[in-house]
Amino acid sequence: MRAAVIQFPGSNCDRDMAVAIRDVTGADTSIVWHGNSALPDGLDLIAVPGGFSYGDYLRSGAMAAKSPIMKSVVAAAGNGVPVLGVCNGFQVLTESGLLPGALMRNAGIRFVCRDVKLKVENSQSIFTSRYDAGEEIIIPVAHHDGNYFADDATLDRLEGEGRVAFRYAEDVNGSARNIAGILNDAGNVLGMMPHPERMIEAMQGGSDGRRMLEGLIREIA
Amino acid sequence: MKTRIFVTLKNGVLDPQGKAIHHALESLGFDGVNDVRAGRLIELEHEEGISKAQMEEMCQKLLANTVIENFEIEG
Repeated sequence: MRAAVIQFPGSNCDRDMAVAIRDVTGADTSIVWHGNSALPDGLDLIAVPGGFSYGDYLRSGAMAAKSPIMKSVVAAAGNGVPVLGVCNGFQVLTESGLLPGALMRNAGIRFVCRDVKLKVENSQSIFTSRYDAGEEIIIPVAHHDGNYFADDATLDRLEGEGRVAFRYAEDVNGSARNIAGILNDAGNVLGMMPHPERMIEAMQGGSDGRRMLEGLIREIA
Repeated sequence: MKTRIFVTLKNGVLDPQGKAIHHALESLGFDGVNDVRAGRLIELEHEEGISKAQMEEMCQKLLANTVIENFEIEG
């Protein structure tokens, strides 16, 4: 298995993500600089990590979404390569058009940094097959702009097509319908604000994030 | 020449920053303000030949996120 983690100026979860992927899946994992225009060949997974790419200038994720590597990421996603965007990575995926909607300033204005309870809404995707539908898991969030917004028609479509992967068990940031993570229509792109790579082993306070990567190995194999 | 572009949140999109500014104004004793919406002003210094259509494309592709924002090109 081969994986790539995209690194932008201002990314700060890139190494955590790479270590998590490598440890759990054994994948040959490389960190790819945003200024490259080509991805490594034969990728089974692309991760767009958390952080503050380009200092959150203009809008969170807006500048990163236009960086050279993202053209290749969008093309790879179109070819079915699994793409996981976490936190700032989710913002980058919405700004790049891979996922609908937008992530706005938290409704309470404050930066929210704590463990949150998530409800698994879809356990059929390649990212969530090791969870049970309706299961509650604990994954930390750390964001200022995690307030998911989309118009009602888009929200209805996401819900109707089973594309809400995770929902906050309680209001965390004002997100529409408490949405914490969504899938694209083909199901190979997942964007989520919570950080699964921060819940890989007991030392981190839990391992609910680990099963996402374990599920991916099983689905990709 | 210079063109100013105003990027504002669409009606109906919650503006937590505007709300916080509103509260701060009230706490400073400025009464009578009913609502505050915060936006962004972008000034472009550019050649004469840049058309309005090109600027609209800039807004569509980067300067505004049309899921949540409107833009207005001055002049």
